[in-house]
Amino acid sequence: MSHQRGAGRPHPSWALPAVLFFGFFALAPMALAFGLSFTTWNGLGEPRPAGLANWHALLTDGRLARSLAVTVALTVVSCAFQTTAALLLGVWAAGPQRNRAVLSAVFFVPFLLSSTAVSLLFYALLDPNFGIVPGDTLGTTSGAFLALVFVGGWQFIPFHTLIYQGGARQIPEVLYQAAAIDGAGRLRRFRSITLPQLRNTAATSLVLMVVGSLTYFETVLILTQGGPGTDTAILPYLMYEAGFKSYDFGYASAIASFLVVAATTLSLLLVRVTGFGAMRSTREGM
Amino acid sequence: METYSRRWFLGASTTALVSAAGLTACGSGGSGGSDGTLTAFVYGDDAAKVQAKAVSRFNSSAAARETKGSLRLEKVPGAEYPAKLRTAMGSPNAPDVFFNWGGGSIKAYREAGQILDLTDVIAGDPVLGDGFLPSVLDAGALGGRKYGIPMRGMQPVILFYNKTLFAEHGLKPPATWDQLLDNNAKLKKAGITPFALGGADIWPELMWLEYLVDRIGGPKVFDRVKNGDPAGWGDPAVLKAARTVRELVDDGAFGKGFSSVAYTNGGAPAALAKGKAAMHLMGSWEYSTQLGKFPDFARKQLGWCPFPTFDGGAGDIRNVVGNPTNYWSVNTRTRNKDTALAFLRTCASDTYARELIANGDVPATAGADKLLDASPSPEFARFQYRMVREAPAFTLSWDQAVDPDAATPMLTEVNKLFVGKSSPERFVAALKELK
Repeated sequence: MSHQRGAGRPHPSWALPAVLFFGFFALAPMALAFGLSFTTWNGLGEPRPAGLANWHALLTDGRLARSLAVTVALTVVSCAFQTTAALLLGVWAAGPQRNRAVLSAVFFVPFLLSSTAVSLLFYALLDPNFGIVPGDTLGTTSGAFLALVFVGGWQFIPFHTLIYQGGARQIPEVLYQAAAIDGAGRLRRFRSITLPQLRNTAATSLVLMVVGSLTYFETVLILTQGGPGTDTAILPYLMYEAGFKSYDFGYASAIASFLVVAATTLSLLLVRVTGFGAMRSTREGM
Repeated sequence: METYSRRWFLGASTTALVSAAGLTACGSGGSGGSDGTLTAFVYGDDAAKVQAKAVSRFNSSAAARETKGSLRLEKVPGAEYPAKLRTAMGSPNAPDVFFNWGGGSIKAYREAGQILDLTDVIAGDPVLGDGFLPSVLDAGALGGRKYGIPMRGMQPVILFYNKTLFAEHGLKPPATWDQLLDNNAKLKKAGITPFALGGADIWPELMWLEYLVDRIGGPKVFDRVKNGDPAGWGDPAVLKAARTVRELVDDGAFGKGFSSVAYTNGGAPAALAKGKAAMHLMGSWEYSTQLGKFPDFARKQLGWCPFPTFDGGAGDIRNVVGNPTNYWSVNTRTRNKDTALAFLRTCASDTYARELIANGDVPATAGADKLLDASPSPEFARFQYRMVREAPAFTLSWDQAVDPDAATPMLTEVNKLFVGKSSPERFVAALKELK
C-alpha cells in the first residue's frame, strides 16, 4: 500500500495557508514596526527617516531602564504569587474530595471575565471613600504595584490552576500507593512525588505566565495609568503612551521591536533552562 | 437555566449582528464619497444626539440642495476619539468635517496641511463672524489663525461647593486665597475633607495648576508656553503655583487618598454629594454629572463660584480656564467645501443653540443668553454664560493647548508633583525640558 509509506508526513504545501496567514498578520506587521522605528511619524503624511534617533533615545533617556525594572519586578512577583496559588489549588482540585467539582468551577469564573471588566471592578473596590479597601492604595508605589499583582493573579490563577489540575491527574496512583506503604506522610508525598512529576506542567505554566506578564496591559491602563508618576509604567503601557497618546509612532515602534526581541529571547531561555524543550519524560525509570 | 441561555444566545447574536453591521458600515464608508456625501466625525457620547439632529436637518435643507451635497455623521465612541481621528486622518478614509478641542489637539493637522484655515471665511461671513462669543473663537485658535467653529457647550472650570456643609460650618464661598485657607482649616477641624479631587485621572489635578498660574501670574504666563516657548514654564508664577499645590497637599486639603479617587468612575462627585468633601474644582459638566447621579443634591445643595484671587497675584478673578467648547474643523482634502461650510453655518443658528440648551449645555453662540431660560437649570446656565462672556481671558486646558507629545509627559509631571514624587523645583525643571 503506497499510502502507508507517507502516512503522518503530509506534503509541505498543506502548511501554506498557515504560513501565509502567519506571514501576513504577524511577520509583516512586525517588519513594518521595525522599519517604522527608524522614522519619525506622527500618524499623518509620510514617515520621515530618523536614522537611529528613536533607538538612541530609547536606550539613553532612562525610560526604558525604569520601565524594564518595573516589568521584571512585576513579572517575578506575579509568577511567584500565581505559581504558588495555582499549584496548591490545582493539586487540591485534582483530588477526590466532595464538592471539589463545584468549587473548581467557581474558582474558574474570574478567568471568564474580560480584563477590562475585572480592572473596572477592582478600581471601584479600591476607591478610598466608597470602596472596601481603606487608604490610598493606588496612590502609593507599593500599593499600586501590589494591586496589579493581586488583580492579575485573581484573574489568571484559575487558568493556571486548570493546567496544574490536569498535570496532577496524570500522576500515576501507584506512586502514591508505594510511598504510603513506605510510610511517607502527606507532605513527603507532595514534595517527592507531586512536585517532581509536575515539572513539565510548571514549565508550560511559567512560560505562559512570563509571556503574559510581558504583554500585561489593560489592567495597568485602567487601574494605575502607569502611576503614581511612572512607577507602574510597564513596557507595553509605555508603548501605548508613546504611540496613542503622544503620537510618536517611531518611538513606540522601537519599544515594540524591543519587546518582541525580549519576549522571544526570554521564552526560549525559559524553555532551555527548564529542560522543557528536551521533553524528558517524567516517567523515566518507571 | 433555559431563560439564561436563551438570553445569552440573543445577546451573542446581537453582538455578532452589530459587529457585522459595523463592518459593513466601514466597508461602504470608503466608497460612499462619489455621490457628494461628506463624512463628519463626532465624539460619540450622549451629547452627540444634538449633532445627529443638526445633520439630518441640514441634509433636507435648501443649503444642502444648493451646494449639491449632504453629510453622514459617524459617532466615534469612547475616550479613544483622538487616536481614532489621528488614524483616520492618516488614511484615505479621512473625514471631511471633524470634532476637536482646538489648540494643540489640531496642531499636527495644521502642520500636515490637513486642516482648513477658516480665519478669512469667518471674517467674511456675518453668520459665522458675529455668531459666536469672540473669546471662545479665539481660545481654539492657533497662532492667531482660526481653524474651528464652536459646536458644543462651554466648559469653564468652576469651584463647586456643598451649600449645606457651608451653612453648617458658617462658611462663605471663598473670594480670596486667605478665605479659602480659612475655610480649609475650619473644615478639617470638623473632620471634612476641604476638596474632592479625582487624582487618579490626573487632569483634575491639572485644573488646580491652571487656575493658580493664572491667578498668580496672569494669563500671559501660559500664553507664552502655548505659543511654543517652553522657557515660559520658568516664569516665577509656575514655581509659586507648584509650591502652593504642595502646601495644599501637605495640609490635607484633598484628603489622604486623593490619588486613588477618580472623576470618571464617579468617586470624586460622590464625595462632594455625600458630604465627605466640601468643595470640588471641576469643569461645568460637574453640574450634569451631579444632576444625573444625585438629582436632589444638585437641585438643592450644589453651589458654585469662581476660583478665588491670589494675594498679590496678577490674574483677574474673572479669568477662566477650561475647555471653551468643542469645534468643527474642515479637512483641506474635502470634496465639497461649500457643503461643509454651509453645514458649519447651521451651528450658529438659534435652533441649534436651543437644542444644546435643552441638553443642559450652554452654547457659545452670541445670542444664547436670550434662550437660557429654557435650560434645565437657568440659574446655573446664566452664571456660566456670564462667566465666559465677561472673562477677560479664557485659557484653554493645558493638556489640550500643548502638543499631544508634550501633554503626556506634562500630565505625568503634574501627577508626580501631587503625589510627592517630585519637588516644585524639579517640576518646573521637567516642564522646561518638554518639547
